Amino acid sequence: MAIDVKNLNFFYGNIPALKDLSFSVTQGDFFIIIGPNGSGKTTLMKVMAGIFKPKTGRLKILNRTLENYTRKDLAQTMAFVPQMMPVDFPFSVIEVVLMGRSPYMGMLGIEQETDLKIAEQALAFTGVDHLAHRKLDQLSGGEQQRVFVARAICQEPEIILLDEPTASLDLAHQIRLMDLMEKLKNETGITVVMVSHDVNLAAMYCDRLLLLKNGEMVCLGPPDEVLTFQTLEAAYGCTLLVDESPLGKVPRITPVPHKYIHRE
Amino acid sequence: MNTEKPLLIKRLWVVSFSLLLVLFAAMFLGLSLGSSHSGIKAVFQNLLGIGPQDPMLDTIIWKIRFPRILLATLVGGTLSLGGLVFQAILKNPLAEPYILGISGGSAIGAIIGILMGLLRFPGVSLMAFSGSIGTLLLILVMSSGHTILKKDALLLSGVMVNAFCGAVIMFLVSLTQDARLHNIIFWLMGDLSMVDMPQVGILAAMLLPCFFLVFWFSNSMNLLLMGKEMAQTMGINVKAVTVTLLVATSFMVSTTVSYCGLVGFVGLVVPHLLRLLFGPDHRVLVPACVLGGGAYLVFCDVLARTLPDQGEMPAGVITAMIGAPLFIYLLKKTRR
Repeated sequence: MAIDVKNLNFFYGNIPALKDLSFSVTQGDFFIIIGPNGSGKTTLMKVMAGIFKPKTGRLKILNRTLENYTRKDLAQTMAFVPQMMPVDFPFSVIEVVLMGRSPYMGMLGIEQETDLKIAEQALAFTGVDHLAHRKLDQLSGGEQQRVFVARAICQEPEIILLDEPTASLDLAHQIRLMDLMEKLKNETGITVVMVSHDVNLAAMYCDRLLLLKNGEMVCLGPPDEVLTFQTLEAAYGCTLLVDESPLGKVPRITPVPHKYIHRE
Repeated sequence: MNTEKPLLIKRLWVVSFSLLLVLFAAMFLGLSLGSSHSGIKAVFQNLLGIGPQDPMLDTIIWKIRFPRILLATLVGGTLSLGGLVFQAILKNPLAEPYILGISGGSAIGAIIGILMGLLRFPGVSLMAFSGSIGTLLLILVMSSGHTILKKDALLLSGVMVNAFCGAVIMFLVSLTQDARLHNIIFWLMGDLSMVDMPQVGILAAMLLPCFFLVFWFSNSMNLLLMGKEMAQTMGINVKAVTVTLLVATSFMVSTTVSYCGLVGFVGLVVPHLLRLLFGPDHRVLVPACVLGGGAYLVFCDVLARTLPDQGEMPAGVITAMIGAPLFIYLLKKTRR
């Protein structure tokens, strides 16, 4: 198991955010966590990344409990791409990507030839090698996101966690990024765990989906099991149409605007 | 892909060496210029130990100007480094010990120490340190809550802290009607004139270890700029690094305040200029700030000594006149 969660509880102060979650992520899976706003998706991701400490329950990364990892060990095992935020300091792309090597470097992060080589490969893999010497703040959102993925790849992790990586990207960049993560999973066997708001995008790429509501698990399984009319309506509380995508055996979800509901 | 990026070590040497030259040039200027108009030639003769020597000039150069220049170098380096650290940790390019009110807090502590009749070292320095830690805690409490997260709000709170500190200082000074009133007010504006060599030695012994400590954490500062969460998942102990850097910086800044009062905006001007020249990598910026900041304050002090026809003005006057307009410009630029 890449990630194994058992009876996990997490509180913000006294407010429960994650309630008795138990699930596991198989190695090499494309695993996507969906759910309405405030359902605890991002909290769960930060607990898995080791940023938040769970109140009770157990969290195993590659069959080893989180407490048994040193910071560097964990950083060499798992990389995290948080939600996008503006960077005010003009680092160049190659500088940012090289930071991903820091779990392998000394305190001052002095890079060797091999680190540079790995960084270049990661840039090439994510298709931003031509931007290596540009400043990060001059890039578009989609380009920046791929730079951050390249940085994560540089950590040579077994698991990559991404928190809503496609939010605020245009359609083309959304698909490019998802294609990139799929390619990464297929070519390297890295486990990809992602939080997403976009159920349709999730349906097209994931092996398994976890649907959360109010910090509780509603459903877990392959997309055609999770993305049904009943589960989605229960979780999101709005009227939805679920049919098959023109692409094939993938569910397609259409939220129904109010004005269409009373027509028939 | 071609990577022309020179390896870090090489870049570090090039930057440090060139700024060291700038610092030496500023120091030479500082040794040569002053209220006694002895020509550059005489200064050269004294420095090289050749030709006819003027014992009077010898005293001026080595007993008055030299400790003052060393003090300016140490203080300028410290304040620049302080600005750099606060900017990285608060992720705010406008943060600076003076603007945040850290210097003001130290000044309150230092004044209380002075009025209690304590020695500058360790009494006044310790009082200044407690003052700076108090202000630091205040800033952290304000910036960690959910109310003040915006950049402008943090700076605004700094302005208020500064206004409050200024009022408290004037309150204390007025209460005592101390005969040294003029001295204290002069000191408040950043006065570099009141030191001798042993004092510079004590100051250096306190500051130099801090410089190395900050350099040790310079790469961690790079990672912190990517956000606390990303830094943590790259193996950084975010809490330990942040606390160490903030305490070390407050210590350095408060120590300089207890020696020469409030010299503002150095921590804004120097890191900003160096970032433009050398990029945002803190492993380069930390040594660059120490050397470049030193050179900058030596230069400002030369202006402070030579501009008035008679006597001199505090160096803090010059740094504020350069720094405040730059701050306003940056504030406009970084606003979204």
